Amino acid sequence: MDLREVTEKTEQLKGVVSALISEAEQLGASAAEAGMSADQGLSVTARLGEVETVERHQEQGLGLTVYFGQRKGSASTTDFSPNAIRETAEAACRIAKLASEDAFSGLPDASLLATGELPDLDLYHPWGIDAEQAIALAIECEDSARGYAEEISNSEGATVSQHQSIRVLGNSLGFLQGYPATRHSISCSVLGQRGESMQRDYWYSVARDALDLESAIEVGRKSAERTISRLGARSISTRKCPVLYSAEAASSLIRNFLGGISGGSLYRKSSFLLDSLGKQVFPEFIRIHEQPFLPKGLGSAAFDAEGVALKPRDIVCDGVVHSYLLSCYSARKLGMETTGNAGGVHNLTVDPGEKDLQRMLASMGTGLLVTELMGQGVNMVTGDYSRGASGFWVENGEIQFPVEEITIAGNLSDMLKNIVEIGNDVDFRGNIRTGSILVSEMTLAGE
Amino acid sequence: MSEKMLDFARNQILTGVGLGDTDIERVMAKMLNAQVDLADIYLQSSRYESWSLEDGIIKEGAHSIEQGVGLRVVSGDKSGFACSDEISLPGLLEAAGNVRAIARSGKSAQSRLQKRAEIPALYPSIDPLKSIPESEKIALLKRVDEETRKLDHRIEQVMVSMIGAHDVILVANQDGSMHGDVRPLVRMSVSVIVEDKGRREQGSSGGGGRTDYGFFLDEERALDYGREAVRQALVNLEAVDAPAGNMTVVLGSGWPGILLHEAIGHGLEGDFNRKGTSAFSGRVGEKIASDLCTIVDDGTLSGCRGSLSVDDEGVISQNTMLIEKGILKGYMQDKMNAKLMGVPTTGNGRRESYAHQPLPRMTNTYMLPGEHEHDEIIASVKKGLYAHNFGGGQVDITSGKFVFSASEAYLIEDGKITQPVKGATLIGNGPDVLTRVSMVGNNLELDGGVGTCGKDGQSVPVGVGQPTIKIDGLTVGGTK
Repeated sequence: MDLREVTEKTEQLKGVVSALISEAEQLGASAAEAGMSADQGLSVTARLGEVETVERHQEQGLGLTVYFGQRKGSASTTDFSPNAIRETAEAACRIAKLASEDAFSGLPDASLLATGELPDLDLYHPWGIDAEQAIALAIECEDSARGYAEEISNSEGATVSQHQSIRVLGNSLGFLQGYPATRHSISCSVLGQRGESMQRDYWYSVARDALDLESAIEVGRKSAERTISRLGARSISTRKCPVLYSAEAASSLIRNFLGGISGGSLYRKSSFLLDSLGKQVFPEFIRIHEQPFLPKGLGSAAFDAEGVALKPRDIVCDGVVHSYLLSCYSARKLGMETTGNAGGVHNLTVDPGEKDLQRMLASMGTGLLVTELMGQGVNMVTGDYSRGASGFWVENGEIQFPVEEITIAGNLSDMLKNIVEIGNDVDFRGNIRTGSILVSEMTLAGE
Repeated sequence: MSEKMLDFARNQILTGVGLGDTDIERVMAKMLNAQVDLADIYLQSSRYESWSLEDGIIKEGAHSIEQGVGLRVVSGDKSGFACSDEISLPGLLEAAGNVRAIARSGKSAQSRLQKRAEIPALYPSIDPLKSIPESEKIALLKRVDEETRKLDHRIEQVMVSMIGAHDVILVANQDGSMHGDVRPLVRMSVSVIVEDKGRREQGSSGGGGRTDYGFFLDEERALDYGREAVRQALVNLEAVDAPAGNMTVVLGSGWPGILLHEAIGHGLEGDFNRKGTSAFSGRVGEKIASDLCTIVDDGTLSGCRGSLSVDDEGVISQNTMLIEKGILKGYMQDKMNAKLMGVPTTGNGRRESYAHQPLPRMTNTYMLPGEHEHDEIIASVKKGLYAHNFGGGQVDITSGKFVFSASEAYLIEDGKITQPVKGATLIGNGPDVLTRVSMVGNNLELDGGVGTCGKDGQSVPVGVGQPTIKIDGLTVGGTK
């Protein structure tokens, strides 16, 4: 869709959303919120030099939340026939009448909504390649990986996908906004074999604009390089040692922290970071902030899942928690104001340090570089942490050999305090942007 | 499945959008040509609901309608797929042309829908959402909350949720067969937070199956979930740091069968083995487990969460022998991978919804019972870990490494269960963990009906089970 078509389509979806809100009001709702999404995409995978799958998606979804006073009900549908839409509105209203009075439920305060002109986030860049071109690119990517080394023995294929979506949100306070966005990616996963050791790894690039993607050749090369580097991995003996989370593994550690300061786990008292506001949780040099308006950002948004206007702000400053992550509901439960985090964070950024990965390894000296984590293994109530890991054993700042079949364990409260350094090797591919993170000590369990 | 169920599915999906068998035949004809090995049209019309209670009040309820169609054409190892939430003839015909492009052109072929055989239904074709009045659903959640809160003064928070699904599917194949299935599914979860002397812990429990909400009312099942969640949370209040290192591990019966699901189940799915990317590739006939291990994937258990009367390709579910007395017997297959590997299908072709291509997936995977009493197994361990219950797990099917996290575990000292320890992740290597199974209990138990398995971004309900088993050496990821 070109910009004119997508603007028309957005207006059309806004029409559906406001009609549904009106219908809910006619059914007796005292307040209502409706959201709609329309997605379309093309995804192709090439394996062993030939096309393997071509997938086309076309999906729409419509969701409605209604309030009867302080009682709330929700319903959604992918079926847009008048019957299904009526059934959806009626179901939401029926559920609301059955739900309990909840003093904390309700729409956001009108003054907090993102009304008027939205900031231009530059999120819409249709790629416009057809299946044939996408197949050619996927083959180029996989060829690059398979040709990287003799030891690349097999492949799970390379995938090229393009995706565009429109999101619209409205409520009975007169809020009605929507915008289109695109998201494209190239990924590759290959296997390597050396003796009995078979390993697999992958790499991917993702961007709003296809021009910002890494080249197919580069994605293929990195996937192969990573696979080869894992060959011959083994377990090591149980010990305590420093752990360096590579940038791509480090985002999970930050996500654990965010889980601890999210409103839902705080009001349920199911967080290891209860009452942490204003307290020192990280060392003093750590700053974590949210940048919702980054042009082309993968986590950029003008408003959150409730329509609340966003603004850049600090979450952690000088190691101290400055803000929780709250929706309207959790904020009211805690006697606070929403932080615009209904639905999550938006380009959460950990301020990078000075060193690249090589120099971070030198900082660690001897210890474990973790590049992949497995399983859940985190108790958010107590902060107890025990996860499967793989990576590399490092001595005197130099990688010695690949490691697997080990776990790393500790308590998140201690781990966050024991962060020694953040690298400048930021992984920009997700909604959480952080460099590698060095933790001074954890327990490694192995053979 | 009787003709009646197919008629029900056909009415619910096709008649609702004004289509008939001849329209499906037309779309199928457009998908087919001489190069097409496999083609299917998968239609789905489903209703889901969820209810949740927190802070003693019914906080939320949600209802959703999911309806759409997925068209697939397979030629050799290539597949074309298109899905849409709009079921209309022009849309289907356009999608048919798109997916056929995957197969090299050739002369077109024809398909005529045929009379279908009867398939036994493994669960009643009921709509759980309508099985009890709404007021009783609310009353049930409130009663679970009230009764659970009475159990102990240290309970701080009780959360109860209940979900129901009424999933109706219709799948038409290029050979002219058409299958319908009506799949009820319910699940309840209770989780609690307890606090004592400033220390907080959690516990959770739940269950369900392919049945209706009446299941939770039978034998006070719902209240038992609350009792179990509280018991687990109180045990965890006493837990000390878990040990770190390699040691003998005894796994309890039931849900700990997730070990089998992660350690070997995924590695035995047909797609990975056809492509040679699994640590188990090319090993049929080899000994991969101790003589004590016999493991099946059984989609035919009546009313179980992972069961299917027919799979999502219209293949009748079966009980598939995976490992017999330690010998690898075969893999779990969908149609495409079975054809490419030259073996029969096993009824494991599953998809999350119309918007996804089928993949070989597990149904209910479990180990058959052995000879020992549970207590006998514990008594045989001088020093080790007893893992009574688990959270989730994950596997790297290529390297074979898997993890799963204990949610309730104890030290075993001199043949006795002693101190509870904090949840720790256990890590091992799929191809050799079962070679170290040295005792198998006589107490086979299936999990309560809570499992959801993820693969390639698709989630499907599954079951797991096992008797108590003893593994001589597994890495326990504690801190001490």
